[in-house]
Amino acid sequence: MSFNDWVNERLPVGQAIKDHLTEYYAPKNFNFWYFFGALSLVVLILQIVTGVLLAMNYKPDAELAFASVEYIMRDVWGGWFVRYMHSTGASFFFILIYLHMFRGLLYGSYKNPRELIWIFGMVIYIAMMATAFFGYLLPWGQMSFWGAQVIVNLFETLPIIGESLSQWIRGDYVISDITLNRFYAFHYLIPFILVGLVVLHILALHQVGSNNPDGVEIKKGPKGNKWSKDAPADGVPFHPYYTVKDIMGLSVFLIFFFAVVFFMPEMGGYFIEQPNFEPANPLKTPEHIAPVWYFTPYYAILRAVPSFAGTQVWGVLAMGAAIAVFFFLPWLDRSPVKSVRYKGPSTRLYLIIFAVAFLVLGWLGTLPPTTGYTAMSQFLTVVYFLFFFLMPCYSGTGDNKGMSGLVLFVISVLLYLGALFLWWVQTPDLALSIKVLYTLLGAAILLYFGVRPGWIKPDAVKPVPERVTG
Amino acid sequence: MTDDHVNSKRRRLLTVATSAVGAVGAVGLVVPFAGSLSPSEKAKAAGAPVKVDISKLETGQQITVEWRGKPVWVIKRSQEALDFLPEMTPSLVDPDSDADQQPEYAKNEFRSIKGDVLVLVGICTHLGCSPKYRPELSTSVDGAFLCACHGSRFDLAGRVYSNVPAPKNLEVPPHMYLSDTEILIGSDEGATS
Amino acid sequence: MRIVMKKVCILLLTALLPVSSLAAGGSSVKLEHVEINLNDTHALQNGAKIFVNYCLGCHSAEYMRYNRLTKDLGIPEELVLKDMISSDAKIGDPMNAIMPAEKSADWFGVTPPDLSLTGRLHDAKWLYNYFISFYVDPNSVSGWNNTVFENVAMPHVLADMQGRRAAVFKEVDGKKEFDRFEVLTEGTMSDEEFKSQMKDLTAYLVYMGEPAKLKRVKYGIYVMLFLFLLAGLSWMLKKEYWRDIKSSH
Repeated sequence: MSFNDWVNERLPVGQAIKDHLTEYYAPKNFNFWYFFGALSLVVLILQIVTGVLLAMNYKPDAELAFASVEYIMRDVWGGWFVRYMHSTGASFFFILIYLHMFRGLLYGSYKNPRELIWIFGMVIYIAMMATAFFGYLLPWGQMSFWGAQVIVNLFETLPIIGESLSQWIRGDYVISDITLNRFYAFHYLIPFILVGLVVLHILALHQVGSNNPDGVEIKKGPKGNKWSKDAPADGVPFHPYYTVKDIMGLSVFLIFFFAVVFFMPEMGGYFIEQPNFEPANPLKTPEHIAPVWYFTPYYAILRAVPSFAGTQVWGVLAMGAAIAVFFFLPWLDRSPVKSVRYKGPSTRLYLIIFAVAFLVLGWLGTLPPTTGYTAMSQFLTVVYFLFFFLMPCYSGTGDNKGMSGLVLFVISVLLYLGALFLWWVQTPDLALSIKVLYTLLGAAILLYFGVRPGWIKPDAVKPVPERVTG
Repeated sequence: MTDDHVNSKRRRLLTVATSAVGAVGAVGLVVPFAGSLSPSEKAKAAGAPVKVDISKLETGQQITVEWRGKPVWVIKRSQEALDFLPEMTPSLVDPDSDADQQPEYAKNEFRSIKGDVLVLVGICTHLGCSPKYRPELSTSVDGAFLCACHGSRFDLAGRVYSNVPAPKNLEVPPHMYLSDTEILIGSDEGATS
Repeated sequence: MRIVMKKVCILLLTALLPVSSLAAGGSSVKLEHVEINLNDTHALQNGAKIFVNYCLGCHSAEYMRYNRLTKDLGIPEELVLKDMISSDAKIGDPMNAIMPAEKSADWFGVTPPDLSLTGRLHDAKWLYNYFISFYVDPNSVSGWNNTVFENVAMPHVLADMQGRRAAVFKEVDGKKEFDRFEVLTEGTMSDEEFKSQMKDLTAYLVYMGEPAKLKRVKYGIYVMLFLFLLAGLSWMLKKEYWRDIKSSH
């Protein structure tokens, strides 16, 4: 009996390799957008490896943390390389995940039967944000300290429980050694939970099979290909075809990744912020605090919502909602087709508008707020939410709006009216032309995407081919 | 279906080439990763040679200094004790210091550069405890050093007794005289070779 | 409880407030362009000498070890030991200020900041302009001021070299704005010489902010070449395999 047989009788390694690699049939028409899932997995592993190495030299102590990072940068052999890989990896992880999520939006990868994959993915995204947030405190520089200070204070805005909640998170009345210590523990813990979530994400994916740029279910198509007579005709074994393709993608990705590591690890202050080269000082706030770039779209939304009724909880709620709303995407999209290739023109248009709004919000989130920028953030926040709230209207074919579609339409109208109130009543120093522009653009979006497809003319979808193309 | 059109030679060649280059890359990544665990500049600085002033060292007295985090003893031996050393030979494992436990310049009957001044790493060669110096037993067959952990004994040249757990003589660290009254421990400027 | 709440609100507000001024001091003076070259070992050696002679008295560079000067900048160990270390520090020790921090805090009102990372906290341009912008100010405690870093606590340590200068201000829209410097007493160096020395000091501080920078760019080029090779090969490999699929139509 061979060693392989001995193992396989006890643990189905061979079967797992078959199920997930050599006999997992993925659609043959994956394009550029399909690299980012596998690449994210590689970066997750790199983050864990470099993170463990850093942990061997890092000290989670307010007195020692900053110095221990410099110790890694200067005294540990190759320490700067490990540290830059970790700091660059954090940003690249988010770049890849944002591209991966956008792929989902493009080709309807969240739609039936892949809702659970999408939900696991969103949980992964939130766990990543938590890890990144905890990790950002660890260098114990000025930006680490004040960034954490501001974010933890967001919880303070919640009614009744707010103050005790934020103190509970910090374990102190301010961000302190105690906070640093527990953030370190969480920063070390969550990545391993992430690995578990990724396993679930992939198992759920392999249960139903991968989507593809055409949004055609290859499992429902004809059977039989050159590798197996039962497999989908349009599928190819993941290994070797997609492994060699992903290796190619990985080597190209590594060119970009290591170019940053070796030539511009600070990435102009976006990956490592300059004030973080000064140790945390609880008595002196840097002039301008911005979170790291991957949080800035939500930060812009947070700042866009003013406080009223004596509390500023609304901005926090809006920020939370901006993330939470993604979870409902599978049920908001009423389109009969999955892929953007065959969706109607208004759906395609709003997807582009949404992507631009997200990027511009991210840019605004890095800037100090001025009246003009805040108004722009407010407008884009409305655009952001209407993308989701109006989706049952503009993605549907007219008859399938349902009650929930109507409710969301009413919410959209209220959101728009709230924004109008802000621009016209609350901001007297905003230029009239800007007020008019935002009002008209908002109304146009509300009418074009909310009313027209629902009540006047449904978004015409193109016919979906029987089999995948290309 | 046939695989006629597959150029299997080219395919194998490319697979091997890509794997080989990929493996080189993996090694390139592992080197700094593993290297980051080697002694850092801080550890090296802390392990730098140590100067010891022996001008006030009296006969029979022991001073202990820290070098690379280990205790290093400097002991001034009496003439009496030195004269007694040859008598120990029958009860020792390695009376002539054949094992590589000292630099070349300390491979002599006293295991030292200058007869009277003994420099030893105070770590038992058994399992790393630090033996105790018993000056009153300098001229006794009971042994001037006793390791309390497992009962290993050594004479006043750091030579190990037979029938004790420790296998080797105590280590003599690299050292050199900067002047008559100053020893540098941890460096001999290559005097060994 | 209320007070804490209020404090937090103020804190949040200040955090979100826009302030458009430089990281230190705040000033609208036009900065002179400077080009530094980290591959110029002589400049770095000279900068290190100036740093040790003039800065290290009060400032520390606690993350920088003396022996890096030997390894990175090729200054012989004996020279470092003889000319650069005036305390009882060993060659592998960090560069600590000669004057104890409490004492200098008494003198200047603030503890002189550690300079290990100054070259990363500020950019080269700011540092260079700061060095050349001291002027005599009878109203300040130290007798000196700086147009780039207003009300700086540090006196002009290099006044011997640069000479003593006064600043002339003009009124623009009711605001005091810096116009030019006026030489009070000549220094031992010409303006050009002094600026070149300050350029070297700036280069040294930038190097000290991230000593790995010397190596990382060099390694980076090899890594890029390697990755291009790997990408080329894996592209060919992918193409070779995918012929199966393209041809099965």
